[in-house]
Amino acid sequence: MKPAAFDYVRAESLDEALEVLRHEGSDARVIAGGQSLMPMLNMRLSKPRVLVDIMRLEELRKVEPRQGRIVIGAAVRQAELLEWPSLARELTLLSLALPWTGHVQTRSRGTICGSVAHADPSAELPLTLLALDGEIILRSARRQRRVAARDFFRGVMATDRNDDELIEMVELPTTNGKRCAFREVARRHGDFAIVACAAVETDRGARLAIGGVADTPVAREFDRLGGSALDDALNALAWDLDARDDFHATARYRRDLVRMIGRDLIAEVTR
Amino acid sequence: MTRMSAEQRHRVRFILNGEPVDRMCEPRVLLTDFIRHEIGATGTHVGCEHGVCGACTVEIDGWPARACLTLALQIDGCKVRTVEGLTGKQGRLGVLQSAFRRNHALQCGFCTAGILISLDILLARDPRADEAEIREVLTGHLCRCTGYAPIVKAALEAAAALRGDTNREAIDA
Repeated sequence: MKPAAFDYVRAESLDEALEVLRHEGSDARVIAGGQSLMPMLNMRLSKPRVLVDIMRLEELRKVEPRQGRIVIGAAVRQAELLEWPSLARELTLLSLALPWTGHVQTRSRGTICGSVAHADPSAELPLTLLALDGEIILRSARRQRRVAARDFFRGVMATDRNDDELIEMVELPTTNGKRCAFREVARRHGDFAIVACAAVETDRGARLAIGGVADTPVAREFDRLGGSALDDALNALAWDLDARDDFHATARYRRDLVRMIGRDLIAEVTR
Repeated sequence: MTRMSAEQRHRVRFILNGEPVDRMCEPRVLLTDFIRHEIGATGTHVGCEHGVCGACTVEIDGWPARACLTLALQIDGCKVRTVEGLTGKQGRLGVLQSAFRRNHALQCGFCTAGILISLDILLARDPRADEAEIREVLTGHLCRCTGYAPIVKAALEAAAALRGDTNREAIDA
């Protein structure tokens, strides 16, 4: 359980980090807090030739409002964001989801963008990004581009990021008084979710996003539906996610959780 | 740009339990192994080595963190505290450690170093921490002996002592 050997670059500028990625491509991995990447390295599921540490880049350490949206840089740790005084007002859903993200002992170092880059299907932060219709801002030596969260997550730990790109920041619309709800079922608080659900109030009803079931988080719009129509729509969603049996839970249990928690959260945000 | 080669040892400097450390290590060396093998401070235990069990938890710049998910080179310039840094003068147990002893909050002791660090940070920040907050912090640790109840009891007792509202019986002679 020790990482294979790699070179280590402590980047002193963003350009320097991008230059390494341009040269090394898939042989390089970016490390920020390391709370997703280090287990992969320790278990040798990932054996990069070079690790690029971006945590000392001041330019990536910002959380700032920008035209009704909030930008979170790649070097912002989860614990730091939790201490941002405006979090509950500006990004209500994120303030509800972050306490479920790992434990205080991992949030202390783990970053928002790192979890997004890792793209674990049961992770809370990709789910939140999707539920809020956020965007990922990718940067390479050649260009900067924006990708909507719904197009970014491609599969289990697979994303739209190219080998020469890093996530520079993520951008989220402020929740701006909209009702939000988050709930998760896991074996132990802070462990990987068996099912995680996020809901946000919309003009027509609610958007519900589900993590931990399909290969990526999945979001769906729910207009104001009454009684059995809502149950039917939730049941359809539960089956569409193609749940599988695994060590932690059966597919049936996961579908049950989607139906029950989904109903509760939609009621909570459309009440 | 400084690219630190995989095969060579590189300088790393940080503060460990108040004392400056200035050593060399390869890029792939984990903070757990650096502390135990290079420094020889074996109070920090190595359990799962992928961030689940919490045995290796140390304090880095005021936060509890997994030493097994941290490279030694990453903590260059940081302040690190391990369980060795918790004891008082002349090696006497601190308030939290004494409470652990009184309440049998450890049996085999493998998880204890990490739990002490996490709880010490919690209580230093907020000695009014209640049972829910203590249990929340403990979700980041696995203990297979105690069932956690004595750990919670010890933490609550230590919190009371740190707040100053305690009775004589709770304090070690």
